[in-house]
Amino acid sequence: MSHSKNGFVSRGAHWFAALAGTALAGYPDSVLVADAPFNGRTVRFIAVIPDAQNRFARARDGEVGLIEGWHLARAVHELVAADQNKTDKTPLIAIVDVPSQAYGRREEAYGIHLALAAAAGAYAAARQAGHPVVALIVGKAMSGAFLAHGYQANRIVAFDDPEVMVHAMGKASAARITLRSVEALTALAETIPPMAYDIKNFASLGLLSASLNVVAPDTPDQTSLNLVYQSLEQMLASIAQESEHDLSSRLNAPHRQASKRVRELLRQQWKEEGPMAI
Amino acid sequence: MQTTLEPRLDSLLRQNSFIELGARERGRQLLDAGTMRELIGPFDRMHSPWLARQGVVTQSDDGVVVAKGLFNAQPCVVLAIEGAFQGGSLGEVGGAKIAGALELAAQDNRNGIPTMALILFETGGVRLQEANLGLAAIAEIHSAIVDLRRYQPVIGIVAGTVGCFGGMSIAAGLCSYLIVTREARIGLNGPAVIEQEAGIAEYDSRDRRFIWGITGGEQRALADLVDMLAEDDVQQIREQISQFAARGVPAQHRSEQTARFISALDQVDAATQATPEMARQIYTRGATA
Repeated sequence: MSHSKNGFVSRGAHWFAALAGTALAGYPDSVLVADAPFNGRTVRFIAVIPDAQNRFARARDGEVGLIEGWHLARAVHELVAADQNKTDKTPLIAIVDVPSQAYGRREEAYGIHLALAAAAGAYAAARQAGHPVVALIVGKAMSGAFLAHGYQANRIVAFDDPEVMVHAMGKASAARITLRSVEALTALAETIPPMAYDIKNFASLGLLSASLNVVAPDTPDQTSLNLVYQSLEQMLASIAQESEHDLSSRLNAPHRQASKRVRELLRQQWKEEGPMAI
Repeated sequence: MQTTLEPRLDSLLRQNSFIELGARERGRQLLDAGTMRELIGPFDRMHSPWLARQGVVTQSDDGVVVAKGLFNAQPCVVLAIEGAFQGGSLGEVGGAKIAGALELAAQDNRNGIPTMALILFETGGVRLQEANLGLAAIAEIHSAIVDLRRYQPVIGIVAGTVGCFGGMSIAAGLCSYLIVTREARIGLNGPAVIEQEAGIAEYDSRDRRFIWGITGGEQRALADLVDMLAEDDVQQIREQISQFAARGVPAQHRSEQTARFISALDQVDAATQATPEMARQIYTRGATA
């Protein structure tokens, strides 16, 4: 059965079990880490899953909280340290199904921003050290949780599925902050691609390397698994072709022209001499 | 009358508030006198391509000033967020200005030019009108800080009064050194969002004393989650930056201290609601013993 080790079931837990097998001991029940064989080499898989017994009550539904952030960082740092003197760096695959960061008083008081910085920083450092990093979005990839677990990957792959969602903030809160109704926000999101919650609009921003038509997104069958394996292999092969370990491959979509233009202008103006009066 | 007022006026005139300055002037005053050059200034008209479509007035710098110059004669780029524009929120253009400048600073270092970076955080995080492009830009900012901090310290300043929230609080957490004032707040989630998601008993967004008690600059300094609590004074902040610049890249950044933080959090009684005192206690236990 594709249950997580604490008996709680989520998409992320199912896909972790199918791809990576049994999780390593020594991590909290909400953070799954395994080194599994993949296409003739070893790959480290990492997932954050729900844990109904999580000590921190605001992080029981798969949110990335204090404990999750720091242990994600640990799982990545330990791999980077182990591979320090190797030229062939172990790939990291983040299985992403995270509904949000944890919202709570304990979280703010104990510095959840730093816990998430630890995780994001660890993934970025791993990528920059030459570890191929792929994010496989099987469910939700929301806001700070996604920044901490997945967004630093060389490649992002997602299931083309209505349950898959990428966004900066849940609809109710986003509506409150922007002083709109949820209905108005949803209507606006249909005309402004970066505001949309669905994966097709996200793909139009050039941030996605592949979207997969998985027939069984909730319970991995062999056909779905084969499709995922094939895509992950393609991603690792294409990362291996690159000499730079940066995120510049994300800048090519028409909806990100301004991101590219800003960088061009900065490059032009960076080395000009002398102060410019404004 | 003049004789009694004169000393007070004199002291007031010598005070130079940093908080009261706009982003552009903050950059100018931190850099060595006469060395600031703004990149992608207002006349380049790189405003947000997304706000106007939603009936929101754009600003020709998109709320981010890229100020290049010298700091104590060292090449330096200041990324200053304008809290007065859209709450300092980061959209596609402003986010790309920060990420792109940090990327070039790292590139400089690989080419033997020791460019350092100062980031002036005054931001609510992602601009929700550009949601996913703001989030993507912030991921790129995180990446660029981690890249640059291998070569030069990346120094963050949260002066106030907006504070530093959302994905940009993660960016602040990645900085080599972080300077705050008493007016500053640093938190992952804005108070209104926590109240919306978790309820008013968990987080009362209107209780200013409570909010500053948890996320305020003084509390963050006492809990050792930042490196310096500074007065709201340009000269003092500049001197602090000088000290951190001289100290160089830390042996281990705070965000890399996994063993220390995991051990501290293991000792927390998570069943009990957090207090400012508990946060100070768990993170300073080893330091003062």
